[in-house]
Amino acid sequence: MAQFLMIIVSAVFINNFVVVQFLGICPFLGVSKTTKSAFGMGLAVTFVMTLTCLITYPIYTYILVPLKIEFLEIIVFIFIIAALVQMIEMALKKFSPTLYRAMGIYLPLITTNCAVLGVAELVIDKAQIASLIGIAPSAMNIGFAVLYGLFAGVGFTLAIVLMSGLRGKIQRLPINKHLKGFPIAMIAACFIAMAFNVFALI
Amino acid sequence: MKTNVKKIAMDGVITQNPTFKLVLGTCPTLALTTAAMNGIYMGMAVIFVLICSNVLISLLRKIIPNQVRIPAFVLIIATFVTVVRLLLDYFLPDLNDVLGLYLPLIVVNCIILARAESFASKNTVLASALDGLFTGIGFMIGLTVLGLVREILGQGAAFGLKLWSFKIEFFSSPAGAFFTYGVFIALFSFISSLIEKKRKLKLYAKLIESKQQNNTETECE
Repeated sequence: MAQFLMIIVSAVFINNFVVVQFLGICPFLGVSKTTKSAFGMGLAVTFVMTLTCLITYPIYTYILVPLKIEFLEIIVFIFIIAALVQMIEMALKKFSPTLYRAMGIYLPLITTNCAVLGVAELVIDKAQIASLIGIAPSAMNIGFAVLYGLFAGVGFTLAIVLMSGLRGKIQRLPINKHLKGFPIAMIAACFIAMAFNVFALI
Repeated sequence: MKTNVKKIAMDGVITQNPTFKLVLGTCPTLALTTAAMNGIYMGMAVIFVLICSNVLISLLRKIIPNQVRIPAFVLIIATFVTVVRLLLDYFLPDLNDVLGLYLPLIVVNCIILARAESFASKNTVLASALDGLFTGIGFMIGLTVLGLVREILGQGAAFGLKLWSFKIEFFSSPAGAFFTYGVFIALFSFISSLIEKKRKLKLYAKLIESKQQNNTETECE
């Protein structure tokens, strides 16, 4: 139970994917104009990240490592992610049109989202992931990998929804034309990062 | 078709600077700019991948079918990133630790796919190689400048050399990364608008001059 809590706190707050580890900045800045789209993107990313961990972790541990072809991981992972995103899109279209309407348009963007490839690379790096969630490197297993993927996605959703709220307010302010768009969004993100920094201090 | 080296160089480094103008590849930019040297290392890795992938994509641009071009590009890019990773693992293992997660993430770096899609798949091999080189240099300059500013302010050092003991911790933190980057994009946009204005004024002055000359000529007649 303590381990479970540790993963949640670590993945969502202390090592938040967006504002602490700087993964998935493109959608964080690009799709955060309204809260609705931000939430849809967050949902889609969380979904894909969880499934990615569920698939890439066993493939790496039980296929690539025994065959001694770990160096192919980048190519294998990017293809798994691309195929997965394509399949999720088709499945959603067929079985759940409501869910497809909520997150369908964000799915094609996810293949080139660094947060997804990032989480796949992170959970196979045993030493690093173990220090992040406070377990022994040898105790790492697929359960932890999937949980970490899920809560890293939740952390991403939290950050992007916060950002969309801030940007909604900023849009109504008179801003210098050079600061409009990316610069002011970055400075808003700076304040979110400061807020998350508090968790690293305690 | 003649390759316009000057235009490609200007586009890659200044007018279409990937870091400050297009705001592409933001993840490594924010994460690795805690020190100026990181920018140079990352920049070199990106330059290598960009040149190689641009050249190969340009060579294969007539063979790759249009419908499957994106997966084909991604496969080519992933191959070269793997090559870089293996080379670094063997020759410079320390560097591999510095770049860490961001080295494999070059695959999903928007700059490389963007150059493949918008330039290499339409241009000759030589032009694509040059485009890769200069876009990579633009990226490297962006990262190094940001890294230098953050290193000087956050650690009181430049390129790893200690300058003074005064430091503002804020600039070393993630929040400082967002802040510095935001300010730099705004500055870049401000300076380029100033240059644009000056150029327009010069053009306007020239126009008036030529008009006056025309007038005097007609008067003489």
